[in-house]
Amino acid sequence: MNLTLPPKPKNSLFKKLRAIVITISIIALYIWTFLGIDLDWEKAINKLIQQFDKVIPMLFSPDWSATGEVALTMLETIFIAFAGSLMAAILAVPLSFLAANNMMGKYLSMPGKWLLSAIRAFPDLILAILFVVAVGPNAFAGVLAIAIGSTGMLGKLFSEIIEQIDKDVVQGMQANGANRTQVLFYAVLPQIIPEFLSYAIYRFEVDIRASSILGIVGAGGIGTMIVFASANDNWSQMGTILVGIIVVVTVIDFTSAFIRKRIV
Amino acid sequence: MSKSNTKKPLKIKQPPDIYPTKTKAQVTIIFFAIVAMYLYSMNWTQRDMVGDITDAPANMVSVLGKFFPPNYSYWSNIWDEMALTIQMAVIATTIAAIITVPLALLSARNITTFKPLYYATRTFLNLLRTIPDLVLAVIFVGLFGIGLLPGILALIVFSLGILAKLISETIETVDMSPLEAMRASGGGTIQVIWTGLVPQVLPQFTSLVLYVFEINVRASVVLGYVGAGGIGQVLQSQLRYGHIAFPNAMAIIVLIFIVVLVIEYISSKLREALI
Repeated sequence: MNLTLPPKPKNSLFKKLRAIVITISIIALYIWTFLGIDLDWEKAINKLIQQFDKVIPMLFSPDWSATGEVALTMLETIFIAFAGSLMAAILAVPLSFLAANNMMGKYLSMPGKWLLSAIRAFPDLILAILFVVAVGPNAFAGVLAIAIGSTGMLGKLFSEIIEQIDKDVVQGMQANGANRTQVLFYAVLPQIIPEFLSYAIYRFEVDIRASSILGIVGAGGIGTMIVFASANDNWSQMGTILVGIIVVVTVIDFTSAFIRKRIV
Repeated sequence: MSKSNTKKPLKIKQPPDIYPTKTKAQVTIIFFAIVAMYLYSMNWTQRDMVGDITDAPANMVSVLGKFFPPNYSYWSNIWDEMALTIQMAVIATTIAAIITVPLALLSARNITTFKPLYYATRTFLNLLRTIPDLVLAVIFVGLFGIGLLPGILALIVFSLGILAKLISETIETVDMSPLEAMRASGGGTIQVIWTGLVPQVLPQFTSLVLYVFEINVRASVVLGYVGAGGIGQVLQSQLRYGHIAFPNAMAIIVLIFIVVLVIEYISSKLREALI
């Protein structure tokens, strides 16, 4: 019996060329990376031997006397994330309409899209640095950084939702003589509100994580404690902080997942 | 039959509302709770602000003015640091992508049929994802001293959590019939995974790795702020000099902005081509 495999699909010249170009650029990227990076292993390992006993066991024996302070700053972190993400959720709504293809047309929606991706290119921490310089080292700088940073992401997600709405309802209302405001309130909004809420709550989840590090640049929240604990080599306090972050993030993740499941 | 002959006034019945009263009450209460919490948060976060909130915009304009114009000639001093930042992200993403394979398999419900193992891996990954990247960097800087190594390690651990979760979710959505057919005709676990699973998830795997690379580039530019190497370290030292160095700092921020945008653009084009 003659067993033969089915013939392999023929690749076009373009596809072959593309594969070769991609492979070469990936190899070049790795050569560049390994030539460029020079790690001082000896120093790092010496430091590790010296620090290991100071850090690792202490992380796992949290200093419970700091619980009160950790709870208070964690509360501030939650406030920063809440105020910031709510501001962002409100700001993102008009921007998302401006960036949606089916609301503004393909070309008019371009500036909105660019603005949103420009905002997203700034890491939260850089925004926080700018706002700390502007309004001083306090929690409000954190709120502003979170608000602006989240607007980019929320605006993009919102505009994608708007682009996916069911056009039939809109056309049906227009055919019956509804004006633009009526179409907006009775055809567009009911379709998008649940998903908007769901994403806003999801962003709150993300912002809890983001706002817990803003204190590193002086923008309030638990990050301030992280900086002090590491500067003082107080790793048991760092353990308490970690427990605080893990507990709060987990609880909020679960609650938010539960609420989002009910909304959508 | 009824005694009352009194005429009832003609009532126009309102059409019943789409939403029941209970839902309306709930929504109203939630709305006011959110507004109250918002006002309280704003009040709390502004409590130790010097001066009035109304001063803030003017303040912001005057301080941000000192950042402009950015000192672009400073770019020639920071190319190396920027390159190191990207290289950090490349190495971290590569190592994370390798380690993530067994973790993703172990936390996929359809591959790991042994429940306790599945739940253990899942819980571990969930725990890993709750720790912010900068906190990991702070801990690794404490362990290894200032340098690139703690930054790379922080990125690896951080991206491992995200990547393993995303990939395990992809694995859970694959078509199981080819895998079952192979198992029925006597394929071993490794054979089944290699020939049945890998071809199905490879495009998504590559796409997700690229996505995590984007996240890592963004994260690596700020890791330096806590001493974990890269461009963030330069930014921090420039900001510490005060007003004189602000144009330099702005040049760094603009460079970060451009690099992040370019990398995101390339990566999103590649991902579009993949899927």
